[in-house]
Amino acid sequence: MSDAAPALRIRDAAFSWEGGFGIEIDAFEMAPRERVLLLGPSGGGKSTLLNLVAGIARPSRGAVEVMGTDIAALRGGRVDRFRADTLGIVFQMFNLLPWLSALDNVRVPLRFSPARRRRAGDGTAAALRLLAALGIDAALARQSAGTLSVGQQQRVAAARALIGRPGIVLADEPTSALDRANARAFLDLLGAELAAAGAALLMVSHDESLAGAFDRTVRLDAIARVAGRAAA
Amino acid sequence: MSLIRLALLSLWNRRLTAALTVVGIALSVTLFLAVETLRTGARASFASTISGTDLIVGARAGDVQLLLYSVFRIGDATNNITWESYRDIAAREEVAWIVPLSLGDSHRGYRVVGTTTDFFARYRYRRDTGLRFAAGGPFDDLFDTVVGAEVAEALGYALGDRIVVSHGAGRGGLAAHDDRPFRVAGILARTGTPVDRAVHVSLEAIEAIHVDWQGGARVEGLSIPVERVRNLDLTPRTVTAALVGLKSRIATFRFQRFVNGYAEEPLTAILPGAALSRLWSLVGVAERALAAVSLMVVATALLGMVATLLASLEARRREMAILRANGASPRTVMALLTAESGLLALAGAFLGLGLLYGVLFALRPLLDARFGLYVEIGAPGIRDGVILAAVVGAGVLAGLIPAWRAYRRSLADGMSIRS
Repeated sequence: MSDAAPALRIRDAAFSWEGGFGIEIDAFEMAPRERVLLLGPSGGGKSTLLNLVAGIARPSRGAVEVMGTDIAALRGGRVDRFRADTLGIVFQMFNLLPWLSALDNVRVPLRFSPARRRRAGDGTAAALRLLAALGIDAALARQSAGTLSVGQQQRVAAARALIGRPGIVLADEPTSALDRANARAFLDLLGAELAAAGAALLMVSHDESLAGAFDRTVRLDAIARVAGRAAA
Repeated sequence: MSLIRLALLSLWNRRLTAALTVVGIALSVTLFLAVETLRTGARASFASTISGTDLIVGARAGDVQLLLYSVFRIGDATNNITWESYRDIAAREEVAWIVPLSLGDSHRGYRVVGTTTDFFARYRYRRDTGLRFAAGGPFDDLFDTVVGAEVAEALGYALGDRIVVSHGAGRGGLAAHDDRPFRVAGILARTGTPVDRAVHVSLEAIEAIHVDWQGGARVEGLSIPVERVRNLDLTPRTVTAALVGLKSRIATFRFQRFVNGYAEEPLTAILPGAALSRLWSLVGVAERALAAVSLMVVATALLGMVATLLASLEARRREMAILRANGASPRTVMALLTAESGLLALAGAFLGLGLLYGVLFALRPLLDARFGLYVEIGAPGIRDGVILAAVVGAGVLAGLIPAWRAYRRSLADGMSIRS
């Protein structure tokens, strides 16, 4: 991994799920620290693209370089390690283990990635700082995650994705459960912390109105050809 | 935060479901082991219906038949032994003791057994346990009787009650020896053997109630008053069978050969233990049925356990997806799932074992008193160990299925599950 390498570079990659749904991407690149909004209709292959970047879906051909490493060429166990070290992931909802405190949720990636543990330094302090920056005060951070509001939970999930400074954060419609004002506030806070961590952001959504918070907006159909029935 | 703490917190979060799973497994284990224990208990109780008796002597018959009528009081003897032959055998020097049995009459469906007071001292069951009187004592007077526990309970007899004996075995429509009623002098404690269902009187009493009978019916117009009966010679002419104890067990086979070859009349001597196991092989089909039941119990239990574990693990797909997305390796996820289901099964197995002993200790006196079923309570045996291992093994296997699925797709779950 080198700072000079692009955060993401996909070249001539193809992938198809069982059942025929497939996606082909000729070329797609993200600069380091770049924030990209990937727009596309529901079921249009956005999640498949995220799966390719996360190394869950393996392309049948081509290369998917994340922070300079071609994860398509990595073997199974090393993909997991690479993902733990390099990627922060925010789901659409239900991101947290509800019986853990918000603070413990944020610290979970440190348990699995020595590299992020090293970069984070004092894990508890780093987690509390991130949570505070995202508007979760220390008292709230000690509450169990299940008692937080949806907006608060998404901010805890963002803190977790950012802890230990991963190179790139993947987010799958993280604001879809939030109202417009909250969604905007969430993205602003996320943006500030991404800058502090030096991480790039690839977020997929069908909501064009979010584009203002990003460096660049890309339509899926401009970079990829999708064939067959949509999966999920 | 350690992985173990994470797993324990997760489990604690689902403590009610987890507890129910453990209890469900425990109940299955208890049920299975209890059925098995009862099965072996039933077998042991049967095998120890009579002990301490070296030989049973009767008229020439098959050994199971002789055992059936002399010990179980099922069926009738084809022939009796003459009193002379009985005296002859009793006089042999190998014989330590001999107890005659005279069958043929009944009391409201229960067999009447003519014997001597030695019977109460010599009859042994269940590893040399002797008969015990719950009330009263052996018969003293000619018209005294000692009833078994079941007879006393079913017919509500107490000491001093007067009862009438019928001729022949059956439950009614029988000629009654109603002119010579008996007084209940003793009630035996429950044994779980056919003794519970017998009405015991003296050999002389059997003679006494038959003095004015011929060929199974009362002689018309002839009725000898009780006072005069007492003065008659009541030496029995025949007995049905005899329990024999020898001075030395080494002499058993020799003495058996002597009886079987007895010149004056055709006799048979059997070894009770051998005849009992032969009989068990006939009625053992019930035991095999019970074994089949317990096998089905354990199969059902294992299936239920696997289903419960699968359901609880299915509910954790989201949790696994979160862990995977945050860097947990598939191996870690698999280890978490299989360790949890294995631990639940282990806890269930041991709780079940504990429950079993609790139930056994609590119910043993009841089983013994009400059903005459004596259950041996020992340390868990190899069979119990095999069952417990099977339960834990099935638990781990049950965890492997969702673990495998989690391995394959847990991360994709996080990306695609929207609800």
